[in-house]
Amino acid sequence: MGAHEEHHILSYGKLAAVLAGLLALTLVTIGVSYVDLGFWNVPVALTIASTKVTLVLLFFMHLKYEGKAITWSFIATIFFLAIMITFTFWDVAFR
Amino acid sequence: MSESISFFNTPSPAHLKGMKAWLLTHDHKRLALMYMWAVLFWFSLGMIIGLLVRTELMTQGKTIVGADVYNAMFTLHGVIMIFLFIIPAIPAIFGNFFLPIQIGADDVFFPRLNLFSWYLYMFGGLLAVISLVTGQGFADTGWTFYVPFSVTTERNVSLTVSAAFILGMSSMLTGLNFVTTVHRMRDKAMGWMQIPLFTWSLYATAWVQILATPVISITLVLVVFERVFSIGLFDPDKGGDPILYQHLFWMYSHPAVYIMILPGMGVISEIIPVFSRKAIFGYKAIAGSSMAIAIAGSLVWAHHMYTSGMSDVSVFIFSLLTFLVAIPSAVKVFSWVSTMYKGSIEMNPALLLSLMFIYLFTVGGLTGLVLGAAGTDIHVHDTYFVVAHFHFVMFGGTGFAFFAALHYWWPKMFGIMYDFKKAYVGAVCACVGFLFHYVPMFILGLQGMPRRYYDYLPQYESGNFSAGLGGYLMVFGVFLMFYNLFMSFKKRTPASVNPWGGTTLEWSVPSPPPMENFVEPPHVKDYPYDFSEIVAESQKVKGKE
Repeated sequence: MGAHEEHHILSYGKLAAVLAGLLALTLVTIGVSYVDLGFWNVPVALTIASTKVTLVLLFFMHLKYEGKAITWSFIATIFFLAIMITFTFWDVAFR
Repeated sequence: MSESISFFNTPSPAHLKGMKAWLLTHDHKRLALMYMWAVLFWFSLGMIIGLLVRTELMTQGKTIVGADVYNAMFTLHGVIMIFLFIIPAIPAIFGNFFLPIQIGADDVFFPRLNLFSWYLYMFGGLLAVISLVTGQGFADTGWTFYVPFSVTTERNVSLTVSAAFILGMSSMLTGLNFVTTVHRMRDKAMGWMQIPLFTWSLYATAWVQILATPVISITLVLVVFERVFSIGLFDPDKGGDPILYQHLFWMYSHPAVYIMILPGMGVISEIIPVFSRKAIFGYKAIAGSSMAIAIAGSLVWAHHMYTSGMSDVSVFIFSLLTFLVAIPSAVKVFSWVSTMYKGSIEMNPALLLSLMFIYLFTVGGLTGLVLGAAGTDIHVHDTYFVVAHFHFVMFGGTGFAFFAALHYWWPKMFGIMYDFKKAYVGAVCACVGFLFHYVPMFILGLQGMPRRYYDYLPQYESGNFSAGLGGYLMVFGVFLMFYNLFMSFKKRTPASVNPWGGTTLEWSVPSPPPMENFVEPPHVKDYPYDFSEIVAESQKVKGKE
């Protein structure tokens, strides 16, 4: 294991703050579902969900504290997923 | 080199004995051999089933089996060959055995996970067998499990796709192990541009395994959900989309053909320079093209779907992208041929099989362009042209690379040599049989014979008959090669440390290697294919004579 790597142990305070953030965003998701935003219904729901995912990845899954290889592996995965979704829409959107 | 005890005589973990020393081993080399026996079993079975399918088609009407059995047989042939042979064959056997050695490591990064992958592979195979004899019998959908048929057929589709799901998990974990091993276990003196090309190809493959396999896993679960709960994801009556299944299936299954071929290309990149006694032409281009194939190969899945009813925009874009994949593949072919140019070529069964690979793969690749072009594909879609193209690339390509790898690394894995004459005869029979088997299928396809049909019109009979004869010669050739390799256990002619004059690290360790691979610390060369020492050595020997 490389010498530059350290084990990061997050404080309970920080973890509790992230958890509180996630619970708050869950409440926002529920709240927003009662408001009819028309076209923006889906984009808003996805934005909130993506924010929650980002928090989980960065803090609970330690992505913020990992080396470059792990970060790039993650970016590659997201890139691959983005390709699969967008390329499929070349079909669905133009049928 | 000091005396060493081979891994065959050193259990890992040390306290295990007998069968347990194999079934609970953490040693990458023992696991590689365990994979080898399992893969050879499935391959032989898949080949015999394939031959029975071709025997059925040799004459019009019923020859040996009825239509229902025929449908299950070609599905079984596809499932075995794809999921149990061609995807795991080279990475799981030769990758497991040689990747750690080629990078100067004593094992893979996660040895226990490696053992778990083997158990998943065996369990997946067992489930496939169980699905044969339970319920309404083996799936009759073809290996692609297309909806709506796979959702409506009464055959045992749920169990068959579960087997494929578990085999996918095994493949993905092997990929994860390889990526981590290359990053974390590589000898400190080995930079990225000193990694042998076989390991490069496995590294590129491993990324595709990690990124693409989850897609097929989820898709297969969706098929089971559809069958059990009738959700309607692929059912237009319920707002679903049947073409969505094809997208999801090919998102994995097209990159999967690169999971199948890339390790084979890695094998060829090792063999050609060794028997040409010449540094490989375009090392960086070959390493880069492996990554380029892995990336570009993930962008072209919908070229399997030109006639499915998807949008014209999609057809245009995917056709264009498909042509991009031809570039890195051609870079490899030209580099191999250029390596041989002005080399001092020494013929060997492994080299002969590699040359057959280049020829057959090139034919397969070029006919792929016929299918990649939307205009011509419309005419030959779902005909025998596709069957011939696919087998030229997969069997002529990966299959022959697998045979070449067996003959190249056999002396290192077991420390024994095999008979060259029988190996040559077997290889020639397999190749000639291959051409007689598959070339008629190109013609049948262009004449309009659809694939997967149980019966055909009278004008297709002579083509099918000669394809069947070619099939018998091909299978004879393959079994002769296997028989010859197995006979080497009987004669036990010892192999030296470096019988072929290779330059990569596996040729610096004893044959077979000791448990921790290296007796002395590995010496990493500035350039992995530097033959100056090998050539000087052979000139010295010639001078003495």
